[in-house]
Amino acid sequence: MSQYLLSTYAVAGEVPDAPPTPQDMQLFMQRVIDLEAEMDATGTFVFGGRLYDPDAATVLRPGDGDVIMTDGPFAESKEHVAGFYIINADDLDAALAWADKVVAAINHPIEVRPFQATGRVADQMPGA
Amino acid sequence: MTRTAPADRGAINVERVFREAYGQAVATLVRVFGDVTLAEDAVQDAFVVASDRWPTHGIPPNPAGWIITTARNRAIDVLRRSARGRALHEEIGAVATTSRGPDTDDWEEEGPVSDDQLRLIFTCCHPALRIEHQVALTLRLLGGLNVDEIARSFLVSEAAMAKRLVRAKYKIKAAKIPYRIPAEAELPERLRSVLSVVYLIYNTGADDPERAALRRDAIRLGRALVALMPDEPEAAGLLALMLLSEARMPARRAEGALVLLRAQDRTKWDQALIEEGHAIVRACIRRDRPGPYQLQAAIQAVHCDAASFDTTDWHQIVALYDHLLSLMPTPVVALNRAIALGETEGPEAALTALDAVASDLDGYHLLHAARGAMLRRLDQRDAATAAYERAAHLAATETDRRFLAQQISELAGNGALTEHPPD
Repeated sequence: MSQYLLSTYAVAGEVPDAPPTPQDMQLFMQRVIDLEAEMDATGTFVFGGRLYDPDAATVLRPGDGDVIMTDGPFAESKEHVAGFYIINADDLDAALAWADKVVAAINHPIEVRPFQATGRVADQMPGA
Repeated sequence: MTRTAPADRGAINVERVFREAYGQAVATLVRVFGDVTLAEDAVQDAFVVASDRWPTHGIPPNPAGWIITTARNRAIDVLRRSARGRALHEEIGAVATTSRGPDTDDWEEEGPVSDDQLRLIFTCCHPALRIEHQVALTLRLLGGLNVDEIARSFLVSEAAMAKRLVRAKYKIKAAKIPYRIPAEAELPERLRSVLSVVYLIYNTGADDPERAALRRDAIRLGRALVALMPDEPEAAGLLALMLLSEARMPARRAEGALVLLRAQDRTKWDQALIEEGHAIVRACIRRDRPGPYQLQAAIQAVHCDAASFDTTDWHQIVALYDHLLSLMPTPVVALNRAIALGETEGPEAALTALDAVASDLDGYHLLHAARGAMLRRLDQRDAATAAYERAAHLAATETDRRFLAQQISELAGNGALTEHPPD
């Protein structure tokens, strides 16, 4: 079993295409809830979440003796990750089939990228 | 595998076998080991052994089987030497227990390999890979071309092509692009992707004598696809399209210049290829599951049927373009239909049809070349010259530019309009 990161991107300065009416919002939420229930039922869902805007980010870098802290984000980019799922899937085709469903539910582009859960590094060491 | 002397038959045959068996061998090894790089390295090792051994010991009765068994043993050796390999080795334990054949001449027969190649071509042409990578992987893994040959064909450096291949193979492995024939529901779309890669390879070799070998590679891949998927009429359609285009290649050029269909010496057309292509087109018509490649092949078949330009059944060609346009409503198909319309309805009707796609294809030299040809037939010399000039400005190849310059200079002279007499 492999794992994949399905991430949605938001574009800075662009108001996300929020559902226009409360009823649309409710339909949108229901689609996402149904999809996540399907992911749960098939053992696909691992983890998911939403990120706050990049304006809230702080960057730390190794400095000369101490750590230098600056206002973030790390990469000055118009597009930034807005939310993600980690899913279990047998191979890329299986992951893409889930990605299809996510796009249909949220009506937003997503990126599919293989993910390797390392857990705690100590667990990875030989003899662990 | 250098050719030492013409009499060195062994070396020459090893090269031929390499080309023919490479795709089979890599495909089988990928199935067994699930790793493209390991498979390629092992197959290359096996060919080194073969080129050493065959010239003196003779070529074994089943060279591909010998290569596959030798490569498999090499891959097992490599795996045994690495820790990661030992784990993988245990996973595929069944393979390890297989008796060791080659390296001696005592090889065993491999099972049918065709399914392996089919799986591998769907991996190479997976739509999650960018098209340049699909093409490079297909030529490398299934076509058996070396990196330098592919690099030269696509006008990039060998280092850039090697990097492209490494990147594509990394994605296959990291993202776990599956190695299997797609499910029924996905097959039409995935097959389209495979066919378009093969056709792109053919077309890359179409207008450049330096890259003519790509056409042969594409036809070889096309034949393999038909053998592997005999029930897919579009695979047959693509093969027929390539064969019928190829049949007319010898007449498409004279002294390095492009010769228009109208002026081609039809005795130079390759009748054997035409017969083969026609037979496939007829079989497609009987099957009656038309698709874009079959229709394009049928259009080529009508051209190949005609003894001369003037006796071409243009009404049939326009009807086929109408059908093609209904399945593939692209501006380029509409452009070709408009040119055919020039032969049935005349240049004015063609110009009207060209105007309809002019904004979509403004940056495409063939739109302006077609307008130039039609305006010339209407004896509108200034407008024709302007259209040809625009075409020449946009043309990508030297051959095209030379052809267009020729048209412009003919328009400037007198009495040179005999090739396209006004109606």
